[in-house]
Amino acid sequence: MNALVNFAKIFKFHGGVHPPENKNQSTQLPIGQLPLPDRLVLPLRQHVGNLPKIRVATGDKVLKGQLLAEAEGTVSAALHAPTSGMIMAIEDAVIPHPSGLPDKCIILAPDGNDEWIEHRPLDWHNMERKAVIAELRNSGIVGFGGATFPSHIKLRADGKSGVHTLIINAAECEPYITCDDMLMRERATQIVQGILIAQHLLGAEQAVVGIEDNKPEAAAAMHAAAVGTNIQIKVVPTLYPSGDARRLVYLLTGQEIPHDKRTTEVGLQVFNVATVLALHRYLDHGEPAISRIVSVTGNVGRPQNFEVLFGTPLHLLIQAAGGAKANTTHYIMGGPMMGFKLPDDDVPITKAANCIIASAPDLFEPPPVPMPCIRCARCADACPVSLQPQELYWFAKSDNFEKARDYKLFDCIECGACAYVCPSNIPLVQYYRYAKSEIITADRAKEAADLARQRNEFRLQRIEREKQERAAKHAERAQGAKAEAEKTPAPQANQYAASKLAAPDADAAKKAAIAAAIERAKAAKAAAAQTGETPKNIEPTSSAVKQEIAEIDARRKNVGLEDKQGAASGDAKKVSPEADAEKQAKIAAAIERAKAAKAAAEAAKKEKGE
Amino acid sequence: MSLALLIMIGLALVLGALLGYAALKFKVEGDPLIARIDAILPQTQCGQCGYPGCKPYATAIAKGEADINQCPPGGDAGVRALADLLGVEYKPLNAEHGTPKPKSVAFIDEQTCIGCTLCIQACPVDAILGAAKHMHTIIASECTGCELCVAPCPVDCISMIPIGETPDNWKWKYPTIPIVPVGLNPRQLSK
Repeated sequence: MNALVNFAKIFKFHGGVHPPENKNQSTQLPIGQLPLPDRLVLPLRQHVGNLPKIRVATGDKVLKGQLLAEAEGTVSAALHAPTSGMIMAIEDAVIPHPSGLPDKCIILAPDGNDEWIEHRPLDWHNMERKAVIAELRNSGIVGFGGATFPSHIKLRADGKSGVHTLIINAAECEPYITCDDMLMRERATQIVQGILIAQHLLGAEQAVVGIEDNKPEAAAAMHAAAVGTNIQIKVVPTLYPSGDARRLVYLLTGQEIPHDKRTTEVGLQVFNVATVLALHRYLDHGEPAISRIVSVTGNVGRPQNFEVLFGTPLHLLIQAAGGAKANTTHYIMGGPMMGFKLPDDDVPITKAANCIIASAPDLFEPPPVPMPCIRCARCADACPVSLQPQELYWFAKSDNFEKARDYKLFDCIECGACAYVCPSNIPLVQYYRYAKSEIITADRAKEAADLARQRNEFRLQRIEREKQERAAKHAERAQGAKAEAEKTPAPQANQYAASKLAAPDADAAKKAAIAAAIERAKAAKAAAAQTGETPKNIEPTSSAVKQEIAEIDARRKNVGLEDKQGAASGDAKKVSPEADAEKQAKIAAAIERAKAAKAAAEAAKKEKGE
Repeated sequence: MSLALLIMIGLALVLGALLGYAALKFKVEGDPLIARIDAILPQTQCGQCGYPGCKPYATAIAKGEADINQCPPGGDAGVRALADLLGVEYKPLNAEHGTPKPKSVAFIDEQTCIGCTLCIQACPVDAILGAAKHMHTIIASECTGCELCVAPCPVDCISMIPIGETPDNWKWKYPTIPIVPVGLNPRQLSK
């Protein structure tokens, strides 16, 4: 093995820590199989990206490997039935997530037959690359190292700088986890098949497998399996977090990837060993992703690795590993450095579950009370991304998120190396996660606000436009009416009606009409003033009507004063000052009478009261 | 003496011309302050501030007609951001304009909806879909939770549903540090 180490030129990355490995416990036994559970809970959220779209209904009978939910949108992955059975329900259940919140799950009751769908292996050698990758969209394969990023997207090599080197991540740097180690020991040949597929699909000239030097058996098995291929097996020194994609790339190639670029942009692509094995199972055997290897270790009777169907309840797995010891407090999914506490032991195993650790106080001391930061900068020495963890801590602690972002908070891989070396026991990663989720929430809110602003502005614009359109329509109609009126000279009254209909645009015509009317009125008034007659609106009327009006006027002159008074109420202009005075006197008299009557009534009342 | 004067006058003319040109060339359309205030406001367009939308409120703040504490959806953080931007003293939210509520989306009970389109006309962001005498529905992703559609509904079929916590929008919490009584050694306590 040492010869191998010497062969490989290794580039050491900055920082890193070496916590106690604790890997031997779970490598004593081969990969175990579990009995079929009587209930499988399949969360839709098992990968990064959109939730898949459910293709089955409650009561449906499904076969092993049948599609339950298909990928929705670009970044999404399909979900398949891990065994044959019936869909019992599609409901919310607690999922393995740091929040401990329930989420949508498909509940499957196995029928015990474990009956497969028809296997449809693909002739990927002779197929067009694009077609194979399109097929992989239905494979349900995601990054099984724990990141669970849909693999078909990573294989789509449409970047400008084509991928020349495929890196296979077999570092498995976190303590306790041994699932990849056992997989390589037992299934190295299949892994090599998978690597060849990935290499073919990416068009990569070479493939390099990076294995930490604490897994000599795995390295030897891989070396033996890779004989006759151009796959290089490189052993790297054990140093956490060498399993991080960018750290491993640097270790193996000496190439540092700019923080704002993807590995594909520099011609590299990284896959986990379990992921390439799943590719082999899907393309060569027609088996979609329905199970994975899970390490069960920590405070359990017989730590071991198991091949577990997705959706298997955690307690069955613990039971298979000899049960949890009495002082077990909780379970951790993932490793001790990056994993999170599970809400209970009923949660299902998902695509991300690489390791389950039963935790006990003697195994993991409860975190000591944090002390103030003493600015020793040990965290900066340990940070594999060469960040300034102490600065990030201060910014996150004081909610100074913009500054934290400026200090490249989002380049932090949350490996926990800083918190591991912190002499003040500050839970640094918790602060970074807090700051990250606050920033993400704020960004989302900002996006939503921008969208709302845009939609509101558009609405106001639309309302304005509709108003203008309406006005234009009115104007058009008015213009049409006017044109008609001009064609057949109509009486003035009609023209007036037409101008009344006219909209703002016909303002000019209207104004002219009004001006003309005012002119006419003025002229009539002047004429009336000259002749000393009261103005009468009878000019345009016929002679018969004129005569009638004259008769009425004559009759009015003949009747007495009372008639004149009656007319006064209707026509104020005709009221003479004398009539007015007379009226006033009459009113005064009436008031006097009313007052006298009131006084008399009151006097009578008083008399009665006495 | 006269030369110096000439130089100074010449300089003044040249620089003045330059400034005048720059003022025309790089003229800023609209009031940038309004846009900056508007960027802080939450864009719910709810009108709780007393103005018919976020932009009119922003304009009023910029003109000094409105106070900075009239926006309940923006919350305390919003007032602080506005105070920061405008360089004025922070003041707590004015309760007259309402209190902050958890973000919610409108929901139309499709059984009760009569298709009157009143809510569609009320929605400031066009987040309601429907036609006259046809059922209406809310586009949840576009809804700002302004509640403006609730009042016009003649059959009261619109309710506001608060957005719950899901694994999708869940946030990591601020790390809490246990409080240790005075006199106890924290290291002993942890063991």
